[in-house]
Amino acid sequence: MLWILDNIFNKLCSKLTDFMFLNIVDNPLEKGCRSPNRHFVNKTENNKLKYFKMKFYCLSNDPVHACYVLSFKELMIMLDCGLVMETVLNFLPLPLVQSSKFSTCSNWNHPKLNDGELKKAGNNIFIDSSPEFQPPLAKIIDFSEIDVILISNYMNMLALPYITEKTNFKGIVYATEPTLQIARFFLEELVEYIDTTPKPNQASKWKEFSEFHNLNNLNLELHPLKWKKLFTLDEVHKSLSRVQIAGFDQKIDVFGALEVKPVSSGYCLGSANFVLSTGLEKICYISGSSTLTTQAKPINQNALKNSDVIIMSGLTQAPHINPDAILGDLCLNVVLTLRNNGTVLIPCYPSGVIYDLFEILSQKLDDSGLSTIPMYFISPVAEHSLAYSNILAEWLSSTKQNKVYIPDEPFPHANLVKNNRLKFFKHIYSEGFSAEFRQPCVIFCGHPSLRFGDIAHLIEQYGSNSNHTIIFTEPDFPFLQALAPYHPLNMKVVYCPIETSLNFQQANKLIKDLKTEVLVIPKVYTNPPNIAPNRDDLVIDRQIAKQIITFKCGDCIKLPLKRKKNQVFVDPDVALSVIPQEVMNGVKLAPLSGILDVKDNVYNIRSVDMNCIEGVPKQLLNSLFKKQVSYEYGTMNQMDIDMFLNKLKQEGITDIKTSQTNENDGILTTKIKLINEDISIDISDKGTHIHCGEGKQNLRIKIRDALLSCLNKF
Amino acid sequence: MPDIKVTCLGAGQDVGRSCILLSMGGKNIMLDCGMHMGFNDERRFPDFSYVALEGPLTTYIDCVIISHFHLDHCGALPYMTEIVGYTGPIYMTHPTKAIAPILLEDMRKVAVERKGESNFFTTQMIKDCMKKVTAVTLHQSVMVDNDMEIKAYYAGHVLGAAMFWIRVGNQSVVYTGDYNMTPDRHLGAAMIDKCKPDLLITESTYATTIRDSKRCRETDFLKKVHECVAKGGKVLIPVFALGRAQELCILLETYWERMNLKYPIYFALGLTEKANNYYKMFITWTNQKIRKTFVQRNMFDFKHIKPFDRGYIDNPGSMVVFATPGMLHAGLSLQIFKKWAPNENNMVIMPGYCVQGTVGHKILGGAKKIEFENRQVVEVKMAVEYMSFSAHADAKGIMQLIANCEPRNVLLVHGEAAKMEFLKDKIREEFKIDCFSPANGETCVIRTPLRIPIECSLNLIKKELKAYNAQPPDPKRRRYFNGILAMKDGKLILMDLPEVWKEFNGINRHVIKFSSLIKLETASTNFQIVEEIHSLIKDRLSAWEVKIVDGQSIIIESVVVKLNEENADKNLCVSWESQDEDLGRYILGLLQTIS
Ligand SMILES: [Zn+2]
Repeated sequence: MLWILDNIFNKLCSKLTDFMFLNIVDNPLEKGCRSPNRHFVNKTENNKLKYFKMKFYCLSNDPVHACYVLSFKELMIMLDCGLVMETVLNFLPLPLVQSSKFSTCSNWNHPKLNDGELKKAGNNIFIDSSPEFQPPLAKIIDFSEIDVILISNYMNMLALPYITEKTNFKGIVYATEPTLQIARFFLEELVEYIDTTPKPNQASKWKEFSEFHNLNNLNLELHPLKWKKLFTLDEVHKSLSRVQIAGFDQKIDVFGALEVKPVSSGYCLGSANFVLSTGLEKICYISGSSTLTTQAKPINQNALKNSDVIIMSGLTQAPHINPDAILGDLCLNVVLTLRNNGTVLIPCYPSGVIYDLFEILSQKLDDSGLSTIPMYFISPVAEHSLAYSNILAEWLSSTKQNKVYIPDEPFPHANLVKNNRLKFFKHIYSEGFSAEFRQPCVIFCGHPSLRFGDIAHLIEQYGSNSNHTIIFTEPDFPFLQALAPYHPLNMKVVYCPIETSLNFQQANKLIKDLKTEVLVIPKVYTNPPNIAPNRDDLVIDRQIAKQIITFKCGDCIKLPLKRKKNQVFVDPDVALSVIPQEVMNGVKLAPLSGILDVKDNVYNIRSVDMNCIEGVPKQLLNSLFKKQVSYEYGTMNQMDIDMFLNKLKQEGITDIKTSQTNENDGILTTKIKLINEDISIDISDKGTHIHCGEGKQNLRIKIRDALLSCLNKF
Repeated sequence: MPDIKVTCLGAGQDVGRSCILLSMGGKNIMLDCGMHMGFNDERRFPDFSYVALEGPLTTYIDCVIISHFHLDHCGALPYMTEIVGYTGPIYMTHPTKAIAPILLEDMRKVAVERKGESNFFTTQMIKDCMKKVTAVTLHQSVMVDNDMEIKAYYAGHVLGAAMFWIRVGNQSVVYTGDYNMTPDRHLGAAMIDKCKPDLLITESTYATTIRDSKRCRETDFLKKVHECVAKGGKVLIPVFALGRAQELCILLETYWERMNLKYPIYFALGLTEKANNYYKMFITWTNQKIRKTFVQRNMFDFKHIKPFDRGYIDNPGSMVVFATPGMLHAGLSLQIFKKWAPNENNMVIMPGYCVQGTVGHKILGGAKKIEFENRQVVEVKMAVEYMSFSAHADAKGIMQLIANCEPRNVLLVHGEAAKMEFLKDKIREEFKIDCFSPANGETCVIRTPLRIPIECSLNLIKKELKAYNAQPPDPKRRRYFNGILAMKDGKLILMDLPEVWKEFNGINRHVIKFSSLIKLETASTNFQIVEEIHSLIKDRLSAWEVKIVDGQSIIIESVVVKLNEENADKNLCVSWESQDEDLGRYILGLLQTIS
């Protein structure tokens, strides 16, 4: 047991602790030397002094599908790369097969535009063209200067190919493994949907007239000139191959200047918030988060506490809906429709909430005696999505995780597939689908915008019959606008948005608990949402942080980081050479000197090896390094002056004339003159000035030493 | 300087069991808690009395880290937590946490039910023990407490095997556990970044071997198996339930498929399906290829490999049987061995290392007769083959790992003393770093440098930067840095001198200044004089910044050389503050020589 009792710090160390309060923290940034892009190191070493300022840019008009850029210490960090997809609602749906409805709808002629770019469907006007999306705003920052992109969840990664493949971006992208894999499903599905239904014509004239920019009353600022066609599958694969995987609580070193740590946000599989720290400052980026129990690992709130700045976005998109009743509502509508021999359509994304819906609905169907009703999951990536979700043990809630230890599959859908309760197909025209298809049933199918994907065909098929129901669960698209081109419709329409991300009440509570100096939020969070303009409670509380800064799309704001200090590391031999003096109660001071060694933004003070200095006169080595220097303090009052004179006397300096004057700006000065020697001494509160003729240096030293013995120094 | 201390309770110059005590920064950490398979008495467990003579260990140990699920690394854990008593934190990866209890239970059954041993832990104890375990993911930075941080790296070897980086204060250690630097059929290669630990504790099982290429060994293995079954022999492959077994199964499965062979292969574990399920669910821990194809084809659904039944032992004809445990020290593999050993047509292939005292070790040593406890003697006529399939790093791999993580010191464990000596020399020679290999019970002290973090005023840094940038760029230029270190309320801050007077307004500076006049007798113009003096000083004091101010003063630090003109008499006034005494005097002296 000796090894236990043995104190790890030996005498040398305890001598240190006396003065150097050993608050030893390793600097994780030391590992910065493995950074691949060493260019940065040079950038900072030829430093400009604006070095410690932080700026924040907003490149997206949608706080849920966000895209921000943070510039700090000459680094450019992109936070999320969300794609604004609501734009597609302005376009005519792309049906799988020649659709009587959308191929025959009439041109909508306008005095300014009458060449068939616009079509009337239902009661609305749509653009007859391949749908376009709104990537992050260009021209605000130079994408080639982005060093790092941090992706918080798979929904916020969908614009990545626009940045990595269509700009000069050269940096690194970080995401968690589930974020990368699930984003791959989303992107592959999206591209396949658009690719399988090509449009020969690409309309663009309509963009010239602002009256056509928001044909569907979308509650969003729209800039069609910035919209882009979707990328290709090849671009998706190239883009994703650039992503580096980061785990929760993994400290990622960014060029030695910053440490980035993804922490669980509880919102969906692999979703993360980011903690950016410099050793002295802490900045948190809170994206889609949930304080509820979901399928994912719970939110790590501790990691977000006591930050200097919190940037928060990604709050609920359905703030006016009470989430508690939603699932019950949904199940009820499914059961009622099925009992009525109707079929249920659930437009969905290929991953996420659907895993829960499979679980809950199968249970509900069992309870309602409807166990024989099949569920269909139609997506080009359905099989991969189902298989993949069951190998994510480490990213799941503890209930799901514990199943893996048995070992059981964490999600029950593998079993549902085995028992033929859940069937998956790439498309409704895939081999085997018609043979397997039974009605009534529940069909999960994309895309939730209803503008492309197999769902477009299914709505046409089921829309006219009031026995069937369509249930909207994804809150990304306003369901009325999504359905607009399909009118007239007889099928039942139910809106059950399943939102797990923070609502305003939860967000206010979270921020209050986290205690931040500065909170940075989208401006829209300070006013009640447009869907519920009278709900004053659906805002971020002005009082929850010392300072709240708001931003809107296109803004660049300065973040107030009042940095006054930086961390440096002192080598022990430098520290040991220091001789501290107590100058006042509880305050010790000592001059410290050494050689500064800056590597990857880590400051080290090393001791000087005097022997290897060349080109410096030997007697000046100490002076060069300010070694063995000291600084005098205190005032010379009459008593001190008398003592000083006494000391001079002891040195044999007796022939002295003393006088007092006010001549220097009214400062009382005692003038001491050494008669017969060319030396005079002026003593005031501020200091002592010794004037000394040539060749009197030895005498001067005597006088100096006498003076020093009357003063304090450190 | 603070030390790092390492004491092996196992794995010190041996491979029987891993259990290493690490002490740094006032924290005590246990690395692995293995059981020795070669003993049947209390010697199989680590000697916990070394840590505490009696009573629970919790007060003496701050955390336990388990590298992987092999019993020689985790087998004593339930004994430690439930019988000796330890309630502190225990860390392992998720797959290890999932699989370890199964292997522990398996071993418990063999020990208690088959050998009738007492004083062994119970099923419930295994469960209670596992409840105390915190599972970690790769690269996750886990704060054990305010000062201690750990992080797992991928180690290959077996599913879920990890190397651990441990930091206390600013000292750090990497413990490798068992690892493998070359990818195999189902796992990737160990990976670590340049984390520059003060100490690397690495296994050295194959310290002197440079193993032949993986492919050759595989072909060799398949050839031997095929030849044996072709002539009607039976092949016994003793394995542990998880790990190498899966790799060999994949190997045989693909060979049988390709060669269209019909000889039965059995996997006699009862665990097969369960084991393979773990591989399925932790597929993110396997290699790239398996991960990429798992949706289409699960590598762990075997077509040719069927579950074994005890009744098959006496079946005629050829067959291949995988049976546990791996070192023929107990259980089914030993039972089958006893039956098949006397027949020269049969073959046993030992795919891994066998510790001393086991039957596996004896037959590999060439023993032709094995005597058992009940006086039963078995003649060994069957062919005995050793195929090194256990996934450990070889000498090349160990050197590679050292090169990757750049440790300041290396300590070898889990290997044989003589081989360690060889490797030690090699490491010292190649990396010029110190290398240790303590025996069990011996304490090794490693000195580490200390760095003290302090806060520094930004003003001071900016000032230095400004001065540094004002000079022509020269990468070799030294950056002199000085300030005043202040300690108040237990906090250390490095400040600029003016800030000191501002911050602590109870004290006032008393500047001591000296001035001396030098008479000049020269015909030069003022401009020429100043230029001349400036270049003279600059020439002598190239390390300083020498400035001209107002055309008549030259300033170096607090030293001011001022040219005065009184009635056509010119003189130089040299003044300085007391902190620049040496410099002031030097300049004064310098100027006196030229006047
Ligand atoms: Zn092992």
